[in-house]
Amino acid sequence: MAYVAPSPRFLPWLTRKPRPKVFAEGAKRVQFSSPVLPYLFLAPQLAVIFIFFYWPSVQAVSSSFYIEDPFGFGSTFVGMSNYTDVLTSAQYRGIALFTVVFTALVTLFSLSIGLLLGVKADAVIRGSSAYKTMLISVYAIAAPVAALIGMMFFDQHIGPFVEVASWFGWDMRVGLSYSDTAFAMIVVAVWKQVPYNFIFFLSGLQSVPVSVREAAAIDCKSGFRRFWTVTLPLLAPTAFFLLIINVTYSLFDTFGIIDVMVKDKAANNPITLVYKVYEDGFRGNDLGSSSAQSVILMIVVFVLTIFQFRFVERRIHYT
Amino acid sequence: MQKNKLSDHLVLILGSLFLMVPVVVAFMTSTHAAADIHSNGLSLTWGGNFAETYEKVLTREGGFTGQVTGSRMVMNSFILGIGFALGKIVLSMLAAYAIVYFRMRFATLAFWVIFTTLLLPLEVRIMPSYQVMSDLSLLNTYTGLIVPLLASATGTFYFRQFFKSVPDELLEAARIDGAGPIKFFIDVLVPLSRTMIAAIFIIMFVYGWNQYLWPMLMTTDERFFTLMRGIKQILQVWIGSQIPDYNEAFALAVLAMLPPVVIVVIFQSWFIKGLTESDK
Repeated sequence: MAYVAPSPRFLPWLTRKPRPKVFAEGAKRVQFSSPVLPYLFLAPQLAVIFIFFYWPSVQAVSSSFYIEDPFGFGSTFVGMSNYTDVLTSAQYRGIALFTVVFTALVTLFSLSIGLLLGVKADAVIRGSSAYKTMLISVYAIAAPVAALIGMMFFDQHIGPFVEVASWFGWDMRVGLSYSDTAFAMIVVAVWKQVPYNFIFFLSGLQSVPVSVREAAAIDCKSGFRRFWTVTLPLLAPTAFFLLIINVTYSLFDTFGIIDVMVKDKAANNPITLVYKVYEDGFRGNDLGSSSAQSVILMIVVFVLTIFQFRFVERRIHYT
Repeated sequence: MQKNKLSDHLVLILGSLFLMVPVVVAFMTSTHAAADIHSNGLSLTWGGNFAETYEKVLTREGGFTGQVTGSRMVMNSFILGIGFALGKIVLSMLAAYAIVYFRMRFATLAFWVIFTTLLLPLEVRIMPSYQVMSDLSLLNTYTGLIVPLLASATGTFYFRQFFKSVPDELLEAARIDGAGPIKFFIDVLVPLSRTMIAAIFIIMFVYGWNQYLWPMLMTTDERFFTLMRGIKQILQVWIGSQIPDYNEAFALAVLAMLPPVVIVVIFQSWFIKGLTESDK
């Protein structure tokens, strides 16, 4: 390396005593230390989080123990009765059951279609980037927009799906028949989630080392068996991660789909638990019950997250 | 082997059709007249009514009070998307800087306080969030639309990851040169993070643009309606009309999905990287 003359900017350092290095357990070996600055930098983020996250969350928990007067004249402490009312209600259990079925089906189909497309896109060489672009292009379309387009495809007058169904003697009435609406919701929710799963499966597949692939190809002629015994186990971490993400998606992010597809007429239509929180809180003005349901969902999310982190921590890396 | 290849392509083509056809149909159908759609159904061909429909959607005043046009909704969606993305970048960059680069007594605590926000999606705390907003009289304001959405940790984590990957030698060198924390941040870290900032900006823009539930709760005044909010509205007007304005609904849907689709297609590598490297 060529010799570089010290620039004048180095001179103060040469004349000044070097500052003692600060070792902290944080990310950096060298850190600044200042009594106010870091707090000043953190302040905006923390302020927003406290006002718009912690405060409402605490309020959700506290108001779940009260019954609010519908006309706004105070509230009465009722202990756990909001919870017992919710959990013993047949309607709530019905919605919970639908949510479970909906979540299971959406997760199953969007994961398997995503995996199938990922495997195929990994296998082809010609045109692979064109396929990739097409397959992920709809990834960022918002749930309500997807639902609006879905509604058109399932429309009584103009919907091609309704017509196709009628060829098979299926009188599809989305919005009127419980099971038909559920079917349409699942199709739209799967449609919206497939690109996400595809991206993850493809990048998971592409991180499998070439040497492993070659070794597998030498040892095992059957491509199908190779997939089950080599590729799939290697994809397991990705798949489990996606499982949690897809469950969370089906539970919460499908709100826009449900809301657009039931068109405010929830009475005879399938809804999920999140929609019920919204419906009871805003339509029914039943703050106590809505909050209790919020807290129940918080517990569900909490359990899912713990599960995810325990899993991610213990995840086995094969590479 | 050749047969295998063929079936691979077949599956991929079917998959692409499954995902793309609804989008293409939505666009093509939006170029037909409403009565045309009503009698002939959805369409895969160009209808020639493009300019008329989109002009109507963008400029005609609709809604209950007649105060909202499509272009107003587009503008509001942009305000929400850009405001959200900028706010997110500023807040999370500062916070991540404090966490990574400062020796702080409460660093771990601050980290966990921010981290916890990842646990609870907005959907489960909508009712109390709405009450907080109405207590602060922020309903029907852009502040109320944007700021509460900033209360999450995603951006902070992206930047934290990134700052951790910046070589320590840079800070050492900067300190040797006599740079203080603010100078180091502005002169070294911000220029270094340019690509990162751009990537987060577009990811967050799409996220803000796509917000549905929150704008629906926060805005009852039609002047603040975003495109997503407008979609809800159009469906409500729909109920009970003889020949629904399918073309306008489709045009609105196309406007609402255009930026996300274009951005994802252009910046797909950023999205793939952003998704697969940070979420795990």
